[in-house]
Amino acid sequence: MTERLRVHVDPDKCQGHARCKALAPELFELDEYGNAHESGDGIVPSGLEDKAWLAKSNCPEIAIEVIEE
Amino acid sequence: MSDVSQPAAHPPVTDWVHDFDHTDPQWTEDPFPIWDELRAASPVVHTERFLGCYMPTTYEAVREIANDTEHFSSRRIIVRDVRPEVARNAAPPITSDPPVHKPAKQLLLPPFTPDAMKKLEPRMRAICNELIDGFVANGEVDAAARYAKYIPVRAIAHMLGIPESDSDLFIRWIHMILELGIKDESRLLQAVQEMSAYFRTHIEERRSKPTGDLISYLMNARDKEGQPLEESHVLGSLRLLLIAGIDTTWSAIGSALWHLARTPADRERLVAEPGLMPTAVEELLRAYSPVTMAREVVKETTISGCPVKAGNMVLLSFPAANRDPNVFPDADKVVIDRRENRHAAFGLGIHRCVGSNLARMEMQVALEEWLKRIPDFRIDPAGTVTWSQGTVRGPRQLPFLFGKAM
Repeated sequence: MTERLRVHVDPDKCQGHARCKALAPELFELDEYGNAHESGDGIVPSGLEDKAWLAKSNCPEIAIEVIEE
Repeated sequence: MSDVSQPAAHPPVTDWVHDFDHTDPQWTEDPFPIWDELRAASPVVHTERFLGCYMPTTYEAVREIANDTEHFSSRRIIVRDVRPEVARNAAPPITSDPPVHKPAKQLLLPPFTPDAMKKLEPRMRAICNELIDGFVANGEVDAAARYAKYIPVRAIAHMLGIPESDSDLFIRWIHMILELGIKDESRLLQAVQEMSAYFRTHIEERRSKPTGDLISYLMNARDKEGQPLEESHVLGSLRLLLIAGIDTTWSAIGSALWHLARTPADRERLVAEPGLMPTAVEELLRAYSPVTMAREVVKETTISGCPVKAGNMVLLSFPAANRDPNVFPDADKVVIDRRENRHAAFGLGIHRCVGSNLARMEMQVALEEWLKRIPDFRIDPAGTVTWSQGTVRGPRQLPFLFGKAM
Protein backbone atom coordinates (compact mmCIF):
# COMPACT_ATOMS: atom_id res chain seq x y z
CA MET A 1 0.00 0.00 0.00
CA THR A 2 1.31 3.40 -0.92
CA GLU A 3 1.58 6.13 1.65
CA ARG A 4 -0.77 9.08 1.59
CA LEU A 5 0.78 12.39 0.62
CA ARG A 6 0.11 15.87 1.93
CA VAL A 7 1.40 19.12 0.43
CA HIS A 8 2.19 22.28 2.35
CA VAL A 9 3.35 25.71 1.15
CA ASP A 10 5.57 27.67 3.52
CA PRO A 11 3.97 31.13 3.34
CA ASP A 12 7.23 32.80 4.45
CA LYS A 13 9.11 31.31 1.50
CA CYS A 14 6.45 31.55 -1.23
CA GLN A 15 7.03 34.53 -3.53
CA GLY A 16 4.16 33.90 -5.90
CA HIS A 17 5.94 32.30 -8.87
CA ALA A 18 2.70 30.28 -9.23
CA ARG A 19 4.47 27.27 -10.69
CA CYS A 20 2.58 24.93 -8.34
CA LYS A 21 -0.78 26.27 -9.45
CA ALA A 22 0.17 25.81 -13.10
CA LEU A 23 1.42 22.24 -12.61
CA ALA A 24 -1.04 20.97 -9.99
CA PRO A 25 -4.13 23.20 -10.03
CA GLU A 26 -6.05 20.60 -8.00
CA LEU A 27 -3.62 20.86 -5.08
CA PHE A 28 -2.92 24.60 -4.75
CA GLU A 29 -4.78 27.91 -4.59
CA LEU A 30 -3.54 31.47 -5.08
CA ASP A 31 -4.58 34.44 -2.96
CA GLU A 32 -5.36 37.93 -4.31
CA TYR A 33 -1.62 38.68 -4.50
CA GLY A 34 -0.88 35.49 -6.39
CA ASN A 35 0.82 33.76 -3.45
CA ALA A 36 0.13 30.06 -3.07
CA HIS A 37 -1.29 27.83 -0.36
CA GLU A 38 -2.39 24.22 -0.42
CA SER A 39 -6.05 23.49 -1.20
CA GLY A 40 -7.97 22.51 1.93
CA ASP A 41 -5.97 20.27 4.26
CA GLY A 42 -3.34 19.61 1.59
CA ILE A 43 -4.11 15.89 1.33
CA VAL A 44 -3.22 14.66 -2.14
CA PRO A 45 -6.06 12.66 -3.70
CA SER A 46 -5.03 9.30 -5.06
CA GLY A 47 -3.72 9.63 -8.61
CA LEU A 48 -2.31 13.13 -8.13
CA GLU A 49 0.90 12.08 -6.32
CA ASP A 50 3.01 12.74 -9.39
CA LYS A 51 1.68 16.29 -9.61
CA ALA A 52 2.54 16.92 -5.96
CA TRP A 53 6.19 15.93 -6.54
CA LEU A 54 6.26 17.92 -9.76
CA ALA A 55 5.06 21.06 -7.98
CA LYS A 56 7.70 20.62 -5.30
CA SER A 57 10.53 20.10 -7.77
CA ASN A 58 9.58 23.17 -9.80
CA CYS A 59 9.19 25.68 -6.96
CA PRO A 60 12.05 28.17 -7.30
CA GLU A 61 11.79 29.17 -3.64
CA ILE A 62 11.80 25.59 -2.30
CA ALA A 63 8.63 26.56 -0.46
CA ILE A 64 6.69 23.33 -1.00
CA GLU A 65 6.88 20.35 1.27
CA VAL A 66 5.47 16.95 0.33
CA ILE A 67 4.84 14.96 3.48
CA GLU A 68 4.48 11.18 3.32
CA GLU A 69 1.94 10.11 5.92
CA MET B 1 18.64 68.85 -25.19
CA SER B 2 22.32 68.80 -26.12
CA ASP B 3 24.20 65.59 -25.59
CA VAL B 4 27.50 66.70 -24.08
CA SER B 5 28.75 63.60 -22.31
CA GLN B 6 30.46 60.93 -24.37
CA PRO B 7 30.06 57.33 -23.24
CA ALA B 8 33.33 55.89 -21.99
CA ALA B 9 34.79 53.15 -24.16
CA HIS B 10 35.61 49.96 -22.26
CA PRO B 11 38.90 48.24 -23.05
CA PRO B 12 38.39 44.72 -24.39
CA VAL B 13 38.47 41.95 -21.78
CA THR B 14 41.45 39.60 -21.78
CA ASP B 15 41.09 38.13 -18.28
CA TRP B 16 37.44 37.28 -17.68
CA VAL B 17 37.92 35.91 -14.16
CA HIS B 18 39.50 39.08 -12.75
CA ASP B 19 38.20 41.70 -15.14
CA PHE B 20 34.74 40.64 -16.39
CA ASP B 21 32.54 43.10 -18.25
CA HIS B 22 28.95 42.30 -19.19
CA THR B 23 29.00 45.02 -21.85
CA ASP B 24 31.91 43.45 -23.74
CA PRO B 25 30.97 42.41 -27.30
CA GLN B 26 32.09 38.84 -26.60
CA TRP B 27 29.63 38.61 -23.67
CA THR B 28 26.84 40.13 -25.76
CA GLU B 29 27.45 37.64 -28.57
CA ASP B 30 27.88 34.42 -26.57
CA PRO B 31 28.01 34.70 -22.76
CA PHE B 32 27.60 31.00 -21.97
CA PRO B 33 31.26 29.87 -22.24
CA ILE B 34 32.28 32.95 -20.24
CA TRP B 35 29.92 32.01 -17.41
CA ASP B 36 31.29 28.46 -17.41
CA GLU B 37 34.82 29.82 -17.12
CA LEU B 38 33.87 32.15 -14.26
CA ARG B 39 31.94 29.40 -12.44
CA ALA B 40 34.91 27.04 -12.73
CA ALA B 41 37.13 29.74 -11.16
CA SER B 42 35.00 30.74 -8.16
CA PRO B 43 31.38 31.00 -6.93
CA VAL B 44 31.95 34.78 -6.74
CA VAL B 45 34.25 36.74 -9.06
CA HIS B 46 35.16 40.44 -9.02
CA THR B 47 36.01 43.15 -11.53
CA GLU B 48 37.46 46.61 -10.92
CA ARG B 49 35.25 47.92 -13.72
CA PHE B 50 31.99 49.71 -12.88
CA LEU B 51 33.71 51.16 -9.75
CA GLY B 52 34.00 47.61 -8.40
CA CYS B 53 31.55 44.81 -9.00
CA TYR B 54 31.09 41.17 -7.94
CA MET B 55 29.33 38.47 -9.86
CA PRO B 56 27.97 35.29 -8.24
CA THR B 57 28.45 32.51 -10.79
CA THR B 58 26.56 29.59 -9.22
CA TYR B 59 22.85 29.12 -8.66
CA GLU B 60 23.50 28.83 -4.92
CA ALA B 61 25.49 32.07 -4.69
CA VAL B 62 22.81 33.91 -6.70
CA ARG B 63 20.13 32.52 -4.37
CA GLU B 64 22.06 33.57 -1.25
CA ILE B 65 22.39 37.14 -2.47
CA ALA B 66 18.80 37.41 -3.74
CA ASN B 67 17.57 36.32 -0.31
CA ASP B 68 19.88 38.59 1.69
CA THR B 69 18.37 42.06 1.80
CA GLU B 70 20.43 42.98 4.86
CA HIS B 71 23.80 43.03 3.08
CA PHE B 72 22.56 43.64 -0.47
CA SER B 73 20.43 46.65 -1.35
CA SER B 74 18.19 47.08 -4.39
CA ARG B 75 18.59 50.86 -4.38
CA ARG B 76 20.75 50.42 -7.48
CA ILE B 77 19.62 47.69 -9.86
CA ILE B 78 21.74 48.29 -12.94
CA VAL B 79 25.52 47.89 -12.98
CA ARG B 80 26.80 51.02 -14.66
CA ASP B 81 29.96 53.09 -15.06
CA VAL B 82 28.68 55.73 -12.65
CA ARG B 83 26.90 55.75 -9.28
CA PRO B 84 24.86 58.92 -9.20
CA GLU B 85 22.83 59.86 -6.12
CA VAL B 86 19.99 57.44 -5.51
CA ALA B 87 16.62 59.02 -6.31
CA ARG B 88 13.82 58.54 -3.81
CA ASN B 89 10.96 56.51 -5.32
CA ALA B 90 13.10 55.69 -8.35
CA ALA B 91 10.98 52.73 -9.41
CA PRO B 92 9.24 51.10 -6.43
CA PRO B 93 9.15 48.23 -5.56
CA ILE B 94 12.09 47.01 -7.68
CA THR B 95 14.37 49.69 -6.21
CA SER B 96 12.95 49.33 -2.68
CA ASP B 97 14.39 47.46 0.29
CA PRO B 98 12.47 46.20 3.35
CA PRO B 99 10.39 47.47 5.06
CA VAL B 100 9.28 49.86 2.29
CA HIS B 101 9.31 47.09 -0.31
CA LYS B 102 6.39 44.93 0.81
CA PRO B 103 3.51 47.41 0.66
CA ALA B 104 4.78 48.81 -2.65
CA LYS B 105 4.97 45.29 -4.09
CA GLN B 106 1.59 44.16 -2.74
CA LEU B 107 0.00 47.12 -4.43
CA LEU B 108 1.16 45.92 -7.85
CA LEU B 109 0.44 42.21 -7.45
CA PRO B 110 -3.38 41.89 -7.82
CA PRO B 111 -3.51 43.17 -11.43
CA PHE B 112 -0.87 40.59 -12.45
CA THR B 113 -2.23 37.28 -11.08
CA PRO B 114 -2.63 34.31 -13.46
CA ASP B 115 -6.42 34.82 -13.45
CA ALA B 116 -6.02 38.49 -14.41
CA MET B 117 -3.74 37.43 -17.24
CA LYS B 118 -6.33 34.98 -18.59
CA LYS B 119 -8.64 37.94 -19.24
CA LEU B 120 -5.93 39.62 -21.28
CA GLU B 121 -5.18 36.53 -23.36
CA PRO B 122 -7.74 37.06 -26.19
CA ARG B 123 -6.37 40.57 -26.80
CA MET B 124 -2.84 39.13 -26.91
CA ARG B 125 -3.81 36.49 -29.48
CA ALA B 126 -5.40 39.20 -31.62
CA ILE B 127 -2.26 41.37 -31.39
CA CYS B 128 -0.03 38.45 -32.41
CA ASN B 129 -2.22 37.67 -35.41
CA GLU B 130 -2.39 41.32 -36.49
CA LEU B 131 1.42 41.40 -36.44
CA ILE B 132 1.71 38.13 -38.39
CA ASP B 133 -0.84 39.42 -40.95
CA GLY B 134 1.62 42.24 -41.67
CA PHE B 135 4.40 39.97 -42.98
CA VAL B 136 3.11 36.43 -43.49
CA ALA B 137 2.75 36.87 -47.26
CA ASN B 138 6.39 37.98 -47.63
CA GLY B 139 8.09 34.71 -46.79
CA GLU B 140 10.69 36.62 -44.77
CA VAL B 141 10.69 38.81 -41.68
CA ASP B 142 12.87 40.28 -38.97
CA ALA B 143 11.04 38.44 -36.19
CA ALA B 144 12.65 40.54 -33.45
CA ALA B 145 11.82 43.90 -34.98
CA ARG B 146 8.40 43.12 -36.41
CA TYR B 147 6.97 40.48 -34.06
CA ALA B 148 8.62 39.87 -30.67
CA LYS B 149 9.20 43.57 -30.04
CA TYR B 150 5.58 44.67 -30.36
CA ILE B 151 3.86 41.95 -28.32
CA PRO B 152 4.90 43.01 -24.80
CA VAL B 153 4.82 46.73 -25.52
CA ARG B 154 1.27 46.54 -26.79
CA ALA B 155 0.24 44.32 -23.87
CA ILE B 156 1.54 46.69 -21.21
CA ALA B 157 0.18 49.74 -23.07
CA HIS B 158 -3.22 48.00 -23.08
CA MET B 159 -2.99 47.34 -19.33
CA LEU B 160 -1.78 50.85 -18.50
CA GLY B 161 -4.47 52.40 -20.70
CA ILE B 162 -2.09 54.32 -22.97
CA PRO B 163 -2.19 54.14 -26.78
CA GLU B 164 -0.67 50.98 -28.26
CA SER B 165 0.30 53.25 -31.17
CA ASP B 166 2.86 54.99 -28.91
CA SER B 167 4.87 51.74 -28.81
CA ASP B 168 7.91 53.09 -30.65
CA LEU B 169 8.20 55.95 -28.19
CA PHE B 170 8.29 53.51 -25.24
CA ILE B 171 10.85 51.32 -26.97
CA ARG B 172 13.10 54.34 -27.51
CA TRP B 173 12.98 55.27 -23.79
CA ILE B 174 13.81 51.74 -22.78
CA HIS B 175 16.79 51.59 -25.10
CA MET B 176 18.04 54.88 -23.62
CA ILE B 177 17.66 53.67 -20.04
CA LEU B 178 18.77 50.05 -20.21
CA GLU B 179 21.42 50.11 -22.93
CA LEU B 180 22.73 53.63 -23.60
CA GLY B 181 22.30 54.60 -19.93
CA ILE B 182 24.95 52.13 -18.74
CA LYS B 183 27.65 54.41 -20.13
CA ASP B 184 25.80 57.68 -20.67
CA GLU B 185 23.95 59.21 -17.74
CA SER B 186 22.47 62.07 -19.79
CA ARG B 187 20.53 59.72 -22.05
CA LEU B 188 19.06 57.94 -19.05
CA LEU B 189 17.98 61.18 -17.38
CA GLN B 190 16.46 62.45 -20.59
CA ALA B 191 14.38 59.29 -21.00
CA VAL B 192 13.22 59.39 -17.36
CA GLN B 193 12.13 63.01 -17.73
CA GLU B 194 10.28 62.33 -20.95
CA MET B 195 8.51 59.33 -19.46
CA SER B 196 7.47 61.27 -16.37
CA ALA B 197 6.09 64.10 -18.50
CA TYR B 198 4.19 61.58 -20.63
CA PHE B 199 2.62 59.89 -17.63
CA ARG B 200 1.79 63.22 -15.93
CA THR B 201 -0.38 64.09 -18.92
CA HIS B 202 -2.20 60.77 -18.64
CA ILE B 203 -2.65 61.23 -14.88
CA GLU B 204 -4.13 64.69 -15.43
CA GLU B 205 -6.64 63.34 -17.96
CA ARG B 206 -7.80 60.72 -15.48
CA ARG B 207 -8.38 63.23 -12.68
CA SER B 208 -11.51 64.41 -14.48
CA LYS B 209 -12.27 61.15 -16.29
CA PRO B 210 -11.24 58.08 -14.25
CA THR B 211 -10.72 54.87 -16.24
CA GLY B 212 -10.39 51.19 -15.38
CA ASP B 213 -6.72 50.90 -16.30
CA LEU B 214 -3.52 50.55 -14.28
CA ILE B 215 -2.85 54.30 -14.21
CA SER B 216 -6.20 54.92 -12.52
CA TYR B 217 -5.58 51.90 -10.29
CA LEU B 218 -2.35 53.44 -8.98
CA MET B 219 -3.91 56.90 -8.67
CA ASN B 220 -6.71 55.45 -6.56
CA ALA B 221 -4.47 53.21 -4.44
CA ARG B 222 -4.30 53.98 -0.73
CA ASP B 223 -1.63 53.08 1.80
CA LYS B 224 -2.27 51.54 5.22
CA GLU B 225 -3.16 54.95 6.64
CA GLY B 226 -5.69 55.49 3.86
CA GLN B 227 -3.52 58.11 2.16
CA PRO B 228 -3.03 58.24 -1.63
CA LEU B 229 0.45 57.49 -2.93
CA GLU B 230 2.82 60.39 -3.48
CA GLU B 231 2.96 61.44 -7.12
CA SER B 232 6.62 60.43 -7.29
CA HIS B 233 5.65 56.90 -6.21
CA VAL B 234 2.90 56.64 -8.83
CA LEU B 235 5.25 57.92 -11.53
CA GLY B 236 8.08 55.62 -10.38
CA SER B 237 5.84 52.55 -10.48
CA LEU B 238 4.44 53.52 -13.88
CA ARG B 239 7.96 53.93 -15.24
CA LEU B 240 8.85 50.54 -13.79
CA LEU B 241 5.83 48.81 -15.36
CA LEU B 242 6.64 50.28 -18.73
CA ILE B 243 10.39 49.58 -18.59
CA ALA B 244 10.30 46.17 -16.98
CA GLY B 245 7.51 44.78 -19.11
CA ILE B 246 8.88 45.43 -22.55
CA ASP B 247 12.35 44.50 -23.68
CA THR B 248 12.47 41.65 -21.16
CA THR B 249 9.62 39.70 -22.77
CA TRP B 250 10.60 40.95 -26.22
CA SER B 251 13.95 39.27 -25.55
CA ALA B 252 12.40 36.07 -24.19
CA ILE B 253 10.08 35.67 -27.19
CA GLY B 254 12.91 36.51 -29.60
CA SER B 255 15.33 34.01 -28.03
CA ALA B 256 12.64 31.31 -28.08
CA LEU B 257 11.98 31.91 -31.78
CA TRP B 258 15.74 31.98 -32.44
CA HIS B 259 16.06 28.57 -30.79
CA LEU B 260 13.08 27.13 -32.68
CA ALA B 261 14.38 28.46 -36.01
CA ARG B 262 17.60 26.52 -35.45
CA THR B 263 16.01 23.39 -33.98
CA PRO B 264 13.51 21.73 -36.35
CA ALA B 265 12.98 18.79 -33.98
CA ASP B 266 11.70 21.04 -31.17
CA ARG B 267 9.56 23.01 -33.60
CA GLU B 268 7.97 19.87 -35.01
CA ARG B 269 7.38 18.45 -31.58
CA LEU B 270 5.61 21.59 -30.37
CA VAL B 271 3.40 21.60 -33.44
CA ALA B 272 2.56 17.92 -32.89
CA GLU B 273 2.17 18.22 -29.08
CA PRO B 274 0.78 21.67 -28.31
CA GLY B 275 0.17 20.58 -24.70
CA LEU B 276 3.93 20.62 -24.18
CA MET B 277 4.12 24.39 -24.70
CA PRO B 278 3.97 25.48 -21.03
CA THR B 279 6.84 23.13 -20.15
CA ALA B 280 8.81 24.27 -23.20
CA VAL B 281 8.28 27.92 -22.26
CA GLU B 282 9.82 27.27 -18.83
CA GLU B 283 12.82 25.57 -20.41
CA LEU B 284 13.33 28.38 -22.92
CA LEU B 285 13.09 30.85 -20.03
CA ARG B 286 15.77 28.89 -18.20
CA ALA B 287 18.16 28.47 -21.09
CA TYR B 288 17.77 32.00 -22.47
CA SER B 289 16.83 34.01 -19.39
CA PRO B 290 16.87 37.60 -20.53
CA VAL B 291 17.23 39.53 -17.28
CA THR B 292 20.34 40.23 -15.21
CA MET B 293 19.68 42.35 -12.13
CA ALA B 294 22.03 44.07 -9.71
CA ARG B 295 22.46 44.79 -6.03
CA GLU B 296 24.74 47.10 -4.09
CA VAL B 297 26.74 45.63 -1.21
CA VAL B 298 25.88 47.77 1.81
CA LYS B 299 27.47 45.62 4.53
CA GLU B 300 30.44 43.30 4.40
CA THR B 301 29.59 39.60 4.35
CA THR B 302 30.53 36.21 2.91
CA ILE B 303 28.83 34.49 -0.03
CA SER B 304 29.58 30.82 -0.72
CA GLY B 305 32.76 31.26 1.31
CA CYS B 306 33.90 34.36 -0.60
CA PRO B 307 34.31 37.68 1.22
CA VAL B 308 32.19 40.47 -0.23
CA LYS B 309 32.95 44.11 0.63
CA ALA B 310 30.60 47.08 0.92
CA GLY B 311 30.71 49.73 -1.78
CA ASN B 312 30.81 47.24 -4.64
CA MET B 313 27.97 46.47 -6.97
CA VAL B 314 26.80 42.91 -7.65
CA LEU B 315 25.89 41.71 -11.10
CA LEU B 316 23.07 39.32 -10.16
CA SER B 317 23.01 37.05 -13.17
CA PHE B 318 19.93 34.87 -13.04
CA PRO B 319 20.81 33.74 -16.57
CA ALA B 320 24.17 32.38 -15.37
CA ALA B 321 22.51 30.70 -12.36
CA ASN B 322 20.16 28.94 -14.76
CA ARG B 323 23.12 27.40 -16.59
CA ASP B 324 24.66 25.91 -13.43
CA PRO B 325 25.21 22.20 -14.16
CA ASN B 326 25.08 21.38 -10.44
CA VAL B 327 21.39 22.31 -10.43
CA PHE B 328 20.35 21.56 -14.01
CA PRO B 329 21.59 18.35 -15.66
CA ASP B 330 22.61 19.09 -19.26
CA ALA B 331 22.42 22.78 -18.35
CA ASP B 332 23.67 23.89 -21.75
CA LYS B 333 21.08 21.83 -23.62
CA VAL B 334 17.54 22.95 -24.30
CA VAL B 335 15.40 20.02 -23.15
CA ILE B 336 11.89 21.18 -24.02
CA ASP B 337 10.23 18.54 -21.87
CA ARG B 338 12.47 19.14 -18.82
CA ARG B 339 10.34 18.05 -15.88
CA GLU B 340 12.26 19.50 -12.95
CA ASN B 341 12.99 23.13 -13.57
CA ARG B 342 13.50 25.49 -10.65
CA HIS B 343 14.84 28.19 -12.91
CA ALA B 344 15.34 31.70 -11.61
CA ALA B 345 14.50 33.63 -14.79
CA PHE B 346 12.07 35.83 -12.83
CA GLY B 347 14.41 36.26 -9.89
CA LEU B 348 14.34 34.72 -6.45
CA GLY B 349 13.22 36.11 -3.11
CA ILE B 350 11.14 39.19 -2.42
CA HIS B 351 11.91 40.83 -5.77
CA ARG B 352 10.33 38.05 -7.85
CA CYS B 353 9.18 39.71 -11.08
CA VAL B 354 5.72 41.21 -10.66
CA GLY B 355 5.01 40.57 -14.33
CA SER B 356 6.05 36.90 -14.44
CA ASN B 357 2.51 35.67 -15.09
CA LEU B 358 2.10 38.25 -17.85
CA ALA B 359 5.43 37.33 -19.43
CA ARG B 360 4.61 33.62 -19.37
CA MET B 361 1.22 34.21 -20.96
CA GLU B 362 2.72 36.47 -23.64
CA MET B 363 5.44 33.98 -24.45
CA GLN B 364 3.07 31.07 -24.69
CA VAL B 365 0.57 32.97 -26.85
CA ALA B 366 3.31 34.44 -29.07
CA LEU B 367 4.84 31.02 -29.77
CA GLU B 368 1.48 29.27 -30.22
CA GLU B 369 0.11 31.82 -32.68
CA TRP B 370 3.41 31.91 -34.57
CA LEU B 371 3.60 28.11 -34.90
CA LYS B 372 -0.05 27.91 -36.03
CA ARG B 373 0.65 30.23 -38.94
CA ILE B 374 4.37 29.68 -39.57
CA PRO B 375 5.19 26.14 -38.44
CA ASP B 376 8.36 25.96 -40.51
CA PHE B 377 11.02 28.70 -40.56
CA ARG B 378 14.75 29.18 -40.45
CA ILE B 379 17.36 31.89 -39.99
CA ASP B 380 18.16 33.72 -43.24
CA PRO B 381 21.79 32.79 -43.94
CA ALA B 382 22.21 36.08 -45.79
CA GLY B 383 21.15 38.11 -42.74
CA THR B 384 22.76 38.85 -39.37
CA VAL B 385 21.37 38.06 -35.91
CA THR B 386 22.29 40.74 -33.36
CA TRP B 387 21.85 40.72 -29.57
CA SER B 388 21.14 43.53 -27.11
CA GLN B 389 23.92 44.58 -24.76
CA GLY B 390 23.91 44.77 -20.98
CA THR B 391 21.11 44.15 -18.52
CA VAL B 392 18.59 42.45 -20.80
CA ARG B 393 19.78 39.97 -23.42
CA GLY B 394 17.80 39.00 -26.48
CA PRO B 395 17.91 39.17 -30.26
CA ARG B 396 17.36 42.63 -31.73
CA GLN B 397 17.69 41.52 -35.35
CA LEU B 398 16.31 38.12 -36.25
CA PRO B 399 16.06 37.58 -40.01
CA PHE B 400 13.88 34.56 -40.82
CA LEU B 401 12.82 32.83 -44.01
CA PHE B 402 9.65 30.77 -44.22
CA GLY B 403 7.13 29.39 -46.69
CA LYS B 404 8.17 29.71 -50.33
CA ALA B 405 11.33 31.64 -49.45
CA MET B 406 12.83 28.62 -47.66
